[in-house]
Amino acid sequence: MKVLVPVKRVIDYNVKVRVKADQSGVDLANVKMSMNPFDEIAVEEAVRLKEAGTATEVIAISMGPEQSQETLRTALAMGADRAIHVVHDGELEPLMVAKMLAKIVSEETPDLVVLGKQAIDDDANQTGQLLAGLLGWGQGTFISKLKIEGGAISVTREVDGGLEKVGLKLPAILTVDLRLNEPRYASLPNIMKARKKEIAKKTPADLGVDTTPRLKTLKVAEPPKRQGGKKVGSIAELVDKLHNEAGVI
Amino acid sequence: MPLDKATLDQFLDTLRRFVDERLIPAEAEVDATDKVPQAIVDEMKELGLFGLTIPEEYGGLGLSMSEEVEVAWTITHAAPAFRSVFGTNVAIGSQGIVIDGTQEQKRKYLPKLASGEFISSFALTEPDIGSDAGSVKTRATKDGNGYVLNGAKRFITNAPTANVFTVMARTNLEEKGARGVSAFIVDADTPGIRLGKPENKMGQKGAHICDVVFEDCRIPGDALIGGLEGVGFKTAMKVLDRGRLHVAATCCGLADRLIDESVNFALDRKQFGQTIGEFQLVQAMLADSRTEHDVAWALVRDAARRGEAGEPITRLGAEAKYYASEMVGRVADRAVQIHGGSGYINDYPAARLYRDVRIYRLYEGTSQIQQLVIARDMLKEARSRRA
Ligand SMILES: Cc1cc2nc3c(=O)[nH]c(=O)nc-3n(C[C@H](O)[C@H](O)[C@H](O)COP(=O)(O)OP(=O)(O)OC[C@H]3O[C@@H](n4cnc5c(N)ncnc54)[C@H](O)[C@@H]3O)c2cc1C
Repeated sequence: MKVLVPVKRVIDYNVKVRVKADQSGVDLANVKMSMNPFDEIAVEEAVRLKEAGTATEVIAISMGPEQSQETLRTALAMGADRAIHVVHDGELEPLMVAKMLAKIVSEETPDLVVLGKQAIDDDANQTGQLLAGLLGWGQGTFISKLKIEGGAISVTREVDGGLEKVGLKLPAILTVDLRLNEPRYASLPNIMKARKKEIAKKTPADLGVDTTPRLKTLKVAEPPKRQGGKKVGSIAELVDKLHNEAGVI
Repeated sequence: MPLDKATLDQFLDTLRRFVDERLIPAEAEVDATDKVPQAIVDEMKELGLFGLTIPEEYGGLGLSMSEEVEVAWTITHAAPAFRSVFGTNVAIGSQGIVIDGTQEQKRKYLPKLASGEFISSFALTEPDIGSDAGSVKTRATKDGNGYVLNGAKRFITNAPTANVFTVMARTNLEEKGARGVSAFIVDADTPGIRLGKPENKMGQKGAHICDVVFEDCRIPGDALIGGLEGVGFKTAMKVLDRGRLHVAATCCGLADRLIDESVNFALDRKQFGQTIGEFQLVQAMLADSRTEHDVAWALVRDAARRGEAGEPITRLGAEAKYYASEMVGRVADRAVQIHGGSGYINDYPAARLYRDVRIYRLYEGTSQIQQLVIARDMLKEARSRRA
């Protein structure tokens, strides 16, 4: 079984994000970048499938600038076998990414694509679902448990009301949630081995996808500062305020 | 083979995440329970930390001195008890075999030390012998093909969990000084070895030391490191030469952490209507700590590079260890001062690290012994220029 794992280079989760003075976007100058944490969980799961003998090959894919190679090297050091880098400077919208992934799927014919449920930069939470739609494959999103037996997959999904169990047939798309696993730290020997693994380069044009933006960012602003809370004297006052001031009940 | 920059950076990045995500959150627990959780030890093994300095052909990573100090600096942004778990395997516990061991000794021990399957200790200090390390009293008496060990070793790091000891013992009773000392590699399960109870230390809770007592402990002839008698003290000194740079890097890593703690506290704590970082007297403490760290760290990196280029490392290592250990003492003291009363409370890393770093001026040669090493080398050099 072949597994594809798309990984995105994003601002490191420890960095406090700052909006550029001209409000055109987020300041990326001299900011530490890392693999999207959900994608790390996806890589970990794919590598575990390989270690368990379920998967035969794990291929990491990243779309982005030259430096996305570092993100791919991390995936390779964690245990991915090879990588594909779609080189592109500038923004990529989820639909473009999904279309490019669909093209790569048609070339690589994997049985499974495992993605992070969302990237922590734009939090769009669309790529996995769009890809499933484009391919017409089943999808298990926000998964916190995975079991694969024969051609059947069973997943536990984290949904608003609790946990939901879903059965899927291969080939399938999975998007992973935080509690699926704890990703490993790559050891130095594996980092060194990863340097020798292959990273194939492609461009959006190679994949026949037009990257002209369809969305225009008008303005990026800091969220408004949180106001201090109010203390109420009684339940009656609380209900009154929720009803008349906040208008939520 | 030296690592390319991208590979080393990626590894250091990974270690820094390990420090931030696993080690620092476990610090308070380790200090309170006096134990490093097994899950963390297992992750350290996976990361290859036990084999940092063991050659690749024996399953280690074979880092150069420059690379080793970068790793030591990075990992000691967390409490140094974590480093101590693998510290002896990387430094004093393995290097005797790496530097002077026979092929068979290397093959027998190094792979297990590199993987962390074996923990090693370095046993030089004795109840009556500390700084005057050339005068060891523990005896190794020739007996047929082997030796019989008698004597006691004191304050031996990781002895409670060690599988093997590097033991300095006197093989020549006629020779009172360092030339009568030989180095042995001794399996911990050899009959005739008794461990004392772990000492109740000031700091570095979670790292353990105890006495190791040899009573008619019979060891085979091939336990003699390098197969040569009378060079054990030389072996020990070569081990400590490299070890001192590692300790110096450790001091710098801890100082950098203490500076982080100090700066963050200074940004948050308010008095007289402003954050204490606004007070110039606090700023002076921050600036002194930052500057002194940077000086020490530059010295360590320079010494590592020069050692690699073939310069003798004894004096440089002593300078680095001397300056960095004294530096981190001052930085820790200022960190406590900047924290005010909170700096005296164990819930704050500043208080715990203040106790932890005190050891660095004492072991692997006290500051006074480093001063002697440095000055003696200066005088020797000047004398030879005159002759
Ligand atoms: C936590 C811990 C871990 C340790 N781990 C190990 C280990 O793994 N293996 C091991 O072998 N040992 C270990 N030691 C022992 C350590 O190396 C010794 O304690 C250290 O070398 C000092 O020796 P001492 O305690 O006998 O002090 P002493 O040598 O008695 O020194 C007492 C004081 O006299 C000063 N002094 C001594 N001689 C001179 C001189 N010639 N000129 C000027 N001043 C002098 C010293 O600087 C010091 O201030 C450890 C100790 C501790 C506390």
